Amino acid sequence: MTDAIASLGRTTINALVVFGRAFVFLMRVLASLDIVIRRFGLTLAQVYSVGVRSLLIIIVSGLFVGMVLGYQGYITLVNFGAAEALGGVVALSLVRELGPVVTALLFAGRAGSALTAELGLMKTTEQLSAMEMMAVNPYRRIFAPRFVAGFLSMPLLAAIFSAVGVMGGYIVGVGLLGVDSGAYFSQMQSVTDWNEDVLSGVIKSIVFGFVVTWIAVFQGFNAQPTSEGISRATTQTVVVASLAVLGLDFILTGLMFGAG
Amino acid sequence: MADPAVADSPHIVIENLRFRRGRKVVFDDLSMRIPRGQVTTVMGPSGSGKTTLLRLIGGQLRPDAGRIWVDGQEVAKLSTRRLYALRKRMGMLFQSGALLTDLSVFENVAFPLREHTDLPEDVLHALVLLKLEAVGLRAARELDPASLSGGMARRVALARAIALDPDLILYDEPFTGLDPITMGQIVSLIRQTNESLGLTSVLVSHDVAEAMAISDHVVLIANGRVVDAGPPDELEARASDWSAQFLQGRPDGPVPFHYPGASYRDDLLGQGERRDD
Repeated sequence: MTDAIASLGRTTINALVVFGRAFVFLMRVLASLDIVIRRFGLTLAQVYSVGVRSLLIIIVSGLFVGMVLGYQGYITLVNFGAAEALGGVVALSLVRELGPVVTALLFAGRAGSALTAELGLMKTTEQLSAMEMMAVNPYRRIFAPRFVAGFLSMPLLAAIFSAVGVMGGYIVGVGLLGVDSGAYFSQMQSVTDWNEDVLSGVIKSIVFGFVVTWIAVFQGFNAQPTSEGISRATTQTVVVASLAVLGLDFILTGLMFGAG
Repeated sequence: MADPAVADSPHIVIENLRFRRGRKVVFDDLSMRIPRGQVTTVMGPSGSGKTTLLRLIGGQLRPDAGRIWVDGQEVAKLSTRRLYALRKRMGMLFQSGALLTDLSVFENVAFPLREHTDLPEDVLHALVLLKLEAVGLRAARELDPASLSGGMARRVALARAIALDPDLILYDEPFTGLDPITMGQIVSLIRQTNESLGLTSVLVSHDVAEAMAISDHVVLIANGRVVDAGPPDELEARASDWSAQFLQGRPDGPVPFHYPGASYRDDLLGQGERRDD
């Protein structure tokens, strides 16, 4: 019994220590952000590797998710004779929820794990240490540009996901199931509100981008410098970031739509 | 405060250094002086904290007690800005080379120059070629670090370490895992670099023959303390039991072959010490 309590205590303390380290790490990264403006090229290179290289998985997933939404939405709506409302259903689902959330989950799997593995390997092969010994601050040279790149890329990827999803819904709804093309887009336009729907989705994707990148970069920085340590850190990134996204989505949805 | 480093001008002064990692005491009251302009090798068995010592000198770790002066400045007390200024005059060669894997050989050597200077591209190009020529790898400048052998990677790392013309170079196990030819190249490069650039070289190593051949000054450490120090020939002549075992590579002696623990008989009979976890 006392063992169980002791181990609970130890686990809690360890978790708090990691959280504290993550917070200190974040503060140091934020304090190094001037490098992003001074040498934008460093960040741009990371936007390419974090953002542009995630495009394929985002576009393909967005297309399929939109197509499934088109199907499912049509099947339900046609029972009520409201098949023309399909455009609104597809767009609202994507812009409010699926765009930010699914993009963040894919982003954690594709870009987050890559960031963690890259930084973990840099640590293991003493590249970060070597940089420090060359009087180059890794927070400025390595962490800050990656952090900003992830944070900038996520909302853009979510927007692309939603846009492609709308086209997927169109292909199935209009192309295959015969919903009227004009009705699809006019419904979409009339039910989707800029502030309430689009902006709330954008805010979500910004928050998710911040959290996923923070977790990914910190896990790489904090990884044990062994092959097992890197594999654990990479897994942790995907698991912790995905859970954080889903949990935060619930909280943000409550905050944004709770009163209305 | 009196500054012992400037008085008789050794490059590095370590006084009463204590450092522990978790429960393990790595250094216990360690003191040494590293003379300026010479090659000094710190030797000791694996796990005696040699690499840790270099990290303490470079300010990547802080001592629990005691002081380290480099060039008259107390490393642990420097602000980040001044520590970085000190590091610009300090090169470090890591055992693995620690080359940046996303940059070519040329860009690796150019890295410290690009980060710390505003040299025009043609001057920078000439400087990098000069450094690469010094280590014999000018023609390998377009290669990727991943395609280099261990010895080549270490030579590139040496070119990078001398890129900013430091006055101190720290070498972490420079001889480990090299074939005889590469070993010879590295040995002569370290000596040449020291003499042509007039700098202070500090090596940590457990390769006795190479280290004794190359050094002006040798420090033997074990169990967190300095066991013996002096010029290599003197050291060999007066070696204590421990030093003799280490320098001649005898498998057993004051340093036992067996990791300390319960007796073999007790262990076999199941009466040995049991660990808690």
